[in-house]
Amino acid sequence: MNVSYRWLQKLAPTIVGPALAVAERLTGIAVAVDEVIWLGSGLQDIVIGQVEEIASHPNADRLVVCQVNVGGKSTAQVVTGAPKVTQGAFYPFVGVGGTLPGGLSIKRAKLRGEYSEGMLCSERELNLGRDQEGIMQLYGDFVPGTAFIEALGLDDHRLVLDITPNRSDLLGHFGVARELAPGGGADLVRPDFPGHATVEVELLPSELEAETGGVRISIEDTEGCSRFTGVVIRGVTVKPSPEWLARDLRAAGLQPLNNVVDATNHVLYELNQPIHAYDLATLRGPEIIVRRAKAGEKLQTLDGKERKLNPDMLVIADAGGAIGLAGVMGGLATEVAGGTSDVLIEAAYFDPGRNRTGARALGMDTEASYRFQRGIDPQATHEAMARVVNLILAVAGGTVEGAGVDLNPRPTERLVVSVRHSRVTHVLGVELEPESIPSYLEPIGFETRQAKNGTFDVAVPGWRPDVEREIDLIEEIARRHGYDKFPDKLGLFRPTTIPEEEYADVFERLRDFFVGAGFLESRGSPLGPAEEGEVQVLNPLSEVESHLRSSLLTSLLHSVERNFAQAQRDVRLFELGTAFKAGAGPVPDERLHVAAAWTGAREPAHWSSEGGGGGDYDVWDLKWLVESVAAIAARGTELRPVDGDGDEPWLEDAFAVMSGDGQPLGLAGRVPNDRVEAPRWAAKVWGLEVEIVSRRAAQVTYRDLPVYPPSDRDLALIVPTRVLAAEVAGVIRKAAPDFLDDVSIFDVYEGESIPAGTRSIAWRLRFRAADRTLTDAEIDAAVKSIASALKRDLNVGIRGA
Amino acid sequence: MADFLTNLREVEEEGAEVIGSAATLDDLENARIEYLGRKARLTQLLRQLPELPVEERPSAGAEANTVKRRFQDLLESRSAEIRAQSRAREAPEFDPTLPARARWRGARHPCTLVINEICEIFREIGFVRARGPEVETPDYNFIKLNTPLDHPATDEHDTFYLPGGLLLRTHTSPVQARVMEKTEPPIRIVVPGMCYRRDPFDASHAPAFEQIEGLAVDEGITFVDFKATINYFVHRFFGADASTRFRPSFFPFTEPSAEIDVSCLLCGGDGCSACKGTGWLEIMGAGMVDPAVFENVGYDPERYTGFAFGMGPARIAMLRYRVPDIRLFYEGDVRFLEQFAPA
Ligand SMILES: [Zn+2]
Repeated sequence: MNVSYRWLQKLAPTIVGPALAVAERLTGIAVAVDEVIWLGSGLQDIVIGQVEEIASHPNADRLVVCQVNVGGKSTAQVVTGAPKVTQGAFYPFVGVGGTLPGGLSIKRAKLRGEYSEGMLCSERELNLGRDQEGIMQLYGDFVPGTAFIEALGLDDHRLVLDITPNRSDLLGHFGVARELAPGGGADLVRPDFPGHATVEVELLPSELEAETGGVRISIEDTEGCSRFTGVVIRGVTVKPSPEWLARDLRAAGLQPLNNVVDATNHVLYELNQPIHAYDLATLRGPEIIVRRAKAGEKLQTLDGKERKLNPDMLVIADAGGAIGLAGVMGGLATEVAGGTSDVLIEAAYFDPGRNRTGARALGMDTEASYRFQRGIDPQATHEAMARVVNLILAVAGGTVEGAGVDLNPRPTERLVVSVRHSRVTHVLGVELEPESIPSYLEPIGFETRQAKNGTFDVAVPGWRPDVEREIDLIEEIARRHGYDKFPDKLGLFRPTTIPEEEYADVFERLRDFFVGAGFLESRGSPLGPAEEGEVQVLNPLSEVESHLRSSLLTSLLHSVERNFAQAQRDVRLFELGTAFKAGAGPVPDERLHVAAAWTGAREPAHWSSEGGGGGDYDVWDLKWLVESVAAIAARGTELRPVDGDGDEPWLEDAFAVMSGDGQPLGLAGRVPNDRVEAPRWAAKVWGLEVEIVSRRAAQVTYRDLPVYPPSDRDLALIVPTRVLAAEVAGVIRKAAPDFLDDVSIFDVYEGESIPAGTRSIAWRLRFRAADRTLTDAEIDAAVKSIASALKRDLNVGIRGA
Repeated sequence: MADFLTNLREVEEEGAEVIGSAATLDDLENARIEYLGRKARLTQLLRQLPELPVEERPSAGAEANTVKRRFQDLLESRSAEIRAQSRAREAPEFDPTLPARARWRGARHPCTLVINEICEIFREIGFVRARGPEVETPDYNFIKLNTPLDHPATDEHDTFYLPGGLLLRTHTSPVQARVMEKTEPPIRIVVPGMCYRRDPFDASHAPAFEQIEGLAVDEGITFVDFKATINYFVHRFFGADASTRFRPSFFPFTEPSAEIDVSCLLCGGDGCSACKGTGWLEIMGAGMVDPAVFENVGYDPERYTGFAFGMGPARIAMLRYRVPDIRLFYEGDVRFLEQFAPA
């Protein structure tokens, strides 16, 4: 909503001071002012020019040579191609050396042999109109040479308001002025329009139908329309609006059209009452009716579009069918235009919900529908009608034919809401004087009456449909008091009964782990294409965002690809988030996942090339990462190599993470080439994804530190290739006495010096007893029984033995 | 006297030159013997002192001693220089200015950093983390939060719908209702999580984005508590110098409602392009919990009061780290993410 500061001041002369300060005040007590724009910006060099002579250009058919009076006795010769330039008319003029708002500076030019010493400007060139073509003719009496800013009243500021859905009353200047005026509503005036003394407009109250100016008006759908006023004015002259009216509209960001339409828009922006004018001559028959649209009924609206209607929609209709979409947009056929002389003016109250349903179904959002949906004042329809009739008489002439009609089948009265002083204190935490409550509410139109026990009965004005409950009044009191005036005092509080969210700790431990391992946390979009998700979005923004992702790893791989595109060879990313799976019922399964994708060098390159690990990440890094992550994400898991039998995993060299009870919790492995677009220089890409099921970090329990020294024995075992290292370790542990402390592998060898079909695995067994130093004999015996168990169970022998 | 001083200057100039150009410690020792030794010219000049008139002796003596001290200083500093040079030459293979052997540096996402910091600050004043589903029902996302489905307020939540009448939550606020339905006050929670709105990606919008919700409910919580809590957070997060502005706003589930601005981090409130010249940056929407919400979750609105707030960690991260485009947060570009590694 755009507000002209000067317009505000016309309605409330007590609003004074710099526009910026006024804007700040409004932001502090009512709604935010997003921007304050000085309308004269960039127009300092523009003056009023009057075209005195128009001659055809000797060398160009489409150009004319004008002599423009630019003040005093000076004239400037201007060559223009504007088709409608008129002798004697006033135009904005910028002379040689002057600058337009865009920064274009005007130079003396020769156009087809004729000098041009300036230009006549269009609204667009002056940043005034939206897209107005042609030069801007000014209507009214002007003195050539006067500064344009002054002549057009552009020394005004536009306040751009961010209206919240509850404050529909601020969609008009009158409502904004009421908030801002020091005395509130008491300071407001409705000034006479220039050159016109306000006349009284008679409206005869009626219920469902009445006649005015030869037109019978009736409401059939009283649910959709609870009030309808109509007045017929005959003999209007439709022409461009006088400059003051056009200026007010432009200041509010509206485009002037013609005097009748401009008058309706002016009242819309002043009183927040949408008004519609019909060209009476176009009505088919002497009757209009407010009714539901008929199934299949059609209407061509003002924007030229053919609309298909249905009975949810409310229309104004004549004998031939719909002539307007009530409270949304008028019909093209009854539009007020150049030749119109008799008009029917409508000011009505249309139901917010019905308006919303209808406008939504048609995908329409207009100034009128926006306001009806938020709720206008149903008790002030007649006042807005009186105002617009006076304005039309002022700018378009004509006479009102007879008394107007005011159909009011369901009159509304002011709602009365009680507010307890004790409750105000209870909610706001400061004790305001009970007597001060009226002083907060009365200026903005509430009528208060003190009942017993510190309770006030408050009558809510019709323009505040948002105020229905005590808490609504408490908010009014708080904001009129000023939020910034409340003290900043942190009080005592009781600890909450709610335990900390159960996954937060595990999430942080996973982050700690990955950050320590040199990984960067990524956050990808949860929305992806159909092939990456099981849960469909019904109204996606695009095909590639049509499903909720079922895997975090998939979207991480897209990030890896984007990094490859930036010539990054070393990428290590991890992500924590929700994976969405189709649920058993309609509700999708939301699972918390951790995923990682990485590629490139295990460590940054170093000039010494003594990088320790060196080289690129391999499967043993993968195994460590997935073991570590699984241990945090889900305790008691087991890593199982996936051999490709049965369900083919999409990763290669893959490990499955299995829960203690055998449920798959995740997968890790090498990403095959067809799943990630990698340039030739890229290293292998690795990935893992594990479901997070642990709710708390594992509890640590201290073990006594060893007191006695360990004894190590190394065993080089010849292991048949089909036997896995884990099986060997299992047999060792089973066969060993309980003083076997640790089993580790320090070398694996396959080659010529050992029998085909076997490999040599070198083990280090560490023996240590908690209560004594072991003797060699004890250890020898242990090794001997281990060796015989290995031979017996796995056919594994000791090398060289 | 004049002769004495002329000789002294000559000795000083010559000695300084010889000492300063000594190349080795041996050269330096020779220079010492030559200019400060028993047979040095300076020593001989000092011996001539008694031959001068009595009144000139003190000043001549002082001059000579000054020269002597200068030679001593010069010898010392030259000696240090020679030692340093020779040390460098003694270990020619070691250049300590070569780069260190580095490890990859990991980093939390900037939104995580902001979320964690916000949660930590609220933890100081008794708030714990809570969580709720991202797929919601219209009931929790709108209706229980006092937002009728046909209310204009829902226009601002351009919603993604799922089959089965479900939707993707447009804010973290449904968790308010979920928690209150399950628990009795006192409630003090912060709820970080993803939210979804049908805004196409641009420099300041993402269709999926983080939000942090906060809720405090108990007997006797007032607007003053609300304001003080938010100010506590702002001062802890943005610094003690930051000022706040509470201004009226509208949310269907809070009343009175407020939007909270913080003085612009970039210009300190003078006005700049980041704050559109206003000196203020909007950081959260908040307010006292609407009694209708309490009724919807089965609380007695006469007994309990509370406040709620919501803010966007990505937006706050943009302000804090001066990130110009929100899309950078969601692209996984390592050149961006590694900037947030702990220093
Ligand atoms: Zn700023």
